[in-house]
Amino acid sequence: MTDSTLTGTAPRQPLALRFPAILIFMACLALFTVGVTILSEGFGIGVISTSFVKTLGKTLCLCLVALAMDLVWGYCGILSLGHMAFFGLGGYAIGMWLMYERTRLIVVESMSAQALPPTPEQISDGIASQIFGVVGASEFPPIWAVAHSLPLQLAAVVLVPGLLALVFGWFAFRSRVTGVYLSILTQAMTLALALYLFQNDSGLRGNNGLSGLQNLPGLGNVPQSVVSVWFLWASALALALGFWLATWVVSGKFGSVLRGIRDDEARVRFLGYPVEAYKLFVFTLSAVIAGIAGALYYPQAGIINPAELAPIASIYLAVWVAIGGRGRLYGAVIGAAFVSLLSTWFTGGQAPDIVLGSWRIQWVDWWTVLLGVSFVAVTLFAPKGIGGLFDLLADCLTPNRHGADLGPDQGALREQEADK
Amino acid sequence: MARLPLILAFLVACLPATAQQADAPIQQLLQVHADQLAKPSRTKVAPTIDAIASSGLPEAQTVLRKWQDKELWRNVETGLFIWAEEIDRDTIRGFDFAGDTALGELPDDDYDQSKPNSGVRKMIGAALVKFQLTAEDIATRRTAINNIERDAEASHLAPLREAIEAETSPTLKARAERLERLLTIRFGETEDERIAAIESFKGDLGVDLRGALNPLVTTDLEATETEPEGPEVARVLKPGSEALTREAAYDLLVTEGFAKPRISRADKAAALVANIDGEAVAGIQVASLDTEDARDMAYAKLAEQGTVDPVATEAEIDETLDRYTFYEIFTGAPPAVAMAAMDALNGIETRVAVNQAADLALDAISLGSIYFLAAIGLAITFGVMRVINMAHGEFIMMGAYTGFVVQQIIPDQTLSVILAIPLAFAVTFAAGVAMERLVIRWLYHRPLETLLATFGISIALQQIAKNIFGTQARPLTAPGWLDGSLVFNDIVSISYIRIAIFVLALLFLALFLLVMNRTRLGLEVRAVTQNPRMAASMGINPDRINMLTFGFGSGIAGIAGVAIGLYAKVTSEMGADYIVQSFMTVVVGGVGNIWGTLLGATLVGSLQKGIEWLNPSNTLAAQTYMILFIILFIQFRPRGIIALKGRAAEA
Repeated sequence: MTDSTLTGTAPRQPLALRFPAILIFMACLALFTVGVTILSEGFGIGVISTSFVKTLGKTLCLCLVALAMDLVWGYCGILSLGHMAFFGLGGYAIGMWLMYERTRLIVVESMSAQALPPTPEQISDGIASQIFGVVGASEFPPIWAVAHSLPLQLAAVVLVPGLLALVFGWFAFRSRVTGVYLSILTQAMTLALALYLFQNDSGLRGNNGLSGLQNLPGLGNVPQSVVSVWFLWASALALALGFWLATWVVSGKFGSVLRGIRDDEARVRFLGYPVEAYKLFVFTLSAVIAGIAGALYYPQAGIINPAELAPIASIYLAVWVAIGGRGRLYGAVIGAAFVSLLSTWFTGGQAPDIVLGSWRIQWVDWWTVLLGVSFVAVTLFAPKGIGGLFDLLADCLTPNRHGADLGPDQGALREQEADK
Repeated sequence: MARLPLILAFLVACLPATAQQADAPIQQLLQVHADQLAKPSRTKVAPTIDAIASSGLPEAQTVLRKWQDKELWRNVETGLFIWAEEIDRDTIRGFDFAGDTALGELPDDDYDQSKPNSGVRKMIGAALVKFQLTAEDIATRRTAINNIERDAEASHLAPLREAIEAETSPTLKARAERLERLLTIRFGETEDERIAAIESFKGDLGVDLRGALNPLVTTDLEATETEPEGPEVARVLKPGSEALTREAAYDLLVTEGFAKPRISRADKAAALVANIDGEAVAGIQVASLDTEDARDMAYAKLAEQGTVDPVATEAEIDETLDRYTFYEIFTGAPPAVAMAAMDALNGIETRVAVNQAADLALDAISLGSIYFLAAIGLAITFGVMRVINMAHGEFIMMGAYTGFVVQQIIPDQTLSVILAIPLAFAVTFAAGVAMERLVIRWLYHRPLETLLATFGISIALQQIAKNIFGTQARPLTAPGWLDGSLVFNDIVSISYIRIAIFVLALLFLALFLLVMNRTRLGLEVRAVTQNPRMAASMGINPDRINMLTFGFGSGIAGIAGVAIGLYAKVTSEMGADYIVQSFMTVVVGGVGNIWGTLLGATLVGSLQKGIEWLNPSNTLAAQTYMILFIILFIQFRPRGIIALKGRAAEA
């Protein structure tokens, strides 16, 4: 790669060949998806329950958002503590259509028994009072203006998180807010959004959130066991595309600039690169990916409420990426899958209690403590996370004979890095 | 033989009513008014009541009270009055008014009961008020005034005025005078008198005054086709404005009979359904009635055929509303009085607004001092050391729980709080030092990693607290002398606990300045922060200083936890509630400057209170907008209100 970048004339190989990780990843993902399908209740032999298929599908979505997080944090050095806000917004955008359409079908059904055919106003009033009855309203707030249209809401899945990230990022990067300040600012953003959504007059049903999202409108007679496999495939496809896109973004010159910004923003700026534009692009792109992941996640979860946007959710996202190993895309995916599945296992009450004499450690209570402590341990002792294990493996296969600093500084390029 | 006197007494008691004094002055007075006393009528009874009340006889009050209670009886034969209690259907136990002597049990048939109706009883009650107001006993007088304050009537005014002259107790006199003016506002006979009374209250904010004034300015809405005139017109309203919706205006016209009724969509649909003829309504296919326009048309056709009543269309409603003028007239009082009351109420509103602003300012300062308390530890760890400690909120929580535990052991609240403060400092100081030694030391110059690691500690500590103390809120009770609040007037008040927090915040500020600027430790901290290597060359041990500084900041967070726990409940999540605001406070104020933190806390506190005031029903919205404001603020002053300049800023 160094050669082709230097000369600029050598024919570029396809991305997948230059980064075999893509092929390995895709193969693993395909194997996993097909395997789950064969074992599922809807299409296969029924070893895996539908709810577990959903859990696996949701995990794939979490892997996708972790990928987005790794893109901004691992490659560009922006520790965003608000990425679950974009995830949640994507979920809300698709949830609005799901809820509107399903309620509309129910309302039309119930009104068809009347003597007069219902007017559009009656249908709209009926839907509004069905949806907003719980918050004491009976009219559609303006943000539901396009809820009737699937294409427009699908566009919102991409546009709303994207625009928010664009505006927020433009403000933040323009005034050179970096490092921990930016982290706190992004955290404040998601806190503000969550607090706003918690209000009953936010137009999104306050703390009730949107519910019943697992029922796809018009597909009432398709069993959930089948729907869950569809969503598993959709999530796997999105993850595969996301992985490919992310690999493409971080490869080549663009990726080098990103890593440069991560390592020393000022130097990259002095070299003449528009640092703010690069950061804004990556931030917005990752917000869009997060939005798509959310739009696939919440129909599987069935319910979304403002608590999903609470700052702690975004912190967990950072935890996954850190444990998986930031700065490598498969690390983020592994971390998200590993930690979230483990978390499901521990908090689901399936993990056996540990008996210490008269004292029982119940994992439902102590799992968060373990997570927090292991997070500290990973930060201190294994900054490369689980992904670092692959380095160990690679080192075993080809002994590392290089590695001297190429310059006198601590920050100087190492021989290893120069080779890649 | 000891029983003999008892038996005698019994015999005496059983004697018939021969003992009644027919010639007592009170009985003679009663005989003069015998007709009205026996059968009172609302229109003619007044002179009788006056005569008895003003007779000056000591029994007059008893007569009136018994009469009011329907316990006045008249002997059928002799015509003499007694008061009596009913024992059963046939017997009464009688008493003579003169001397209040018992007359024994009497047959019911010999006596007629006087039964004043409620109107008469009210008049008697008013006469009785005079007796109560001039009673010897101060408690009775106070009760009388309390009763009038609670439930005043026009008839109370005259006795009250008379009683004021004779009142000896200065406090009661003041109350009576205020009450007299209030009653004059409500029941005064002449307009001038009432207006004068209203004006005498200039500058008063009392709830009772507002209660007296509000009924005077009640208005009725009316509509006319001509221009409304006359002094009683309060204001002219436009339909469609905030005070008068178009629907309300049109409904008024309909109830007054000026306009045709409107029909709701549901009623219209019901009328159409009722007139479905086969597949069509008035010749229009039922299936095509799926828009409001089509339904309007069908209904209009039905109206033409005469099957349903015609109703107003939108155009007709518009036209009718344009034709009429809507106005309000005063109904609660004569116009001049109502105008005076309106002016007085407006004046009160202005003064209330001013006082509310003062109250809001107090609230803002108190919230600001809470934020300052929560943030001052961060001002040390983050502001001075540049270590971002996301577990800071959990140190606050640890301090609060320390206070709670101390209170469980030592029940005396004052003592326990005094003990809790140093203990909380010790606990969180130790926790801070441990954290610095074990984690943060390895992560200096890697701020993002510090942030993450401290986050890990934060969630672990939070969950541990949850496991130990449970999820429910634990109380941390303030000592008794901090209960209650300092009241300035009806509107402005501040609780002592908030004052205590404010004082504590000031103390901490002084402590911080003292330690940083006047002690060896402060000097060394500043040296290590500016240039660790140079400080080390000068013989300062940077490791030790870092450890102590971090412990100091954490310890202050612990004390803040005790203070915040007194003011709010202690939960495992209380730290998380303050962490974002605390960082905001430090960042907005300007990192590395305690005065900036102070300004930041004041700004954040007053901002939140200000937004809450604009939208009082919704504190969530206030927090949302406050955070948005801060995000924007940081755009324009990224280094905070007080920005460090020069080399220190780059450290």
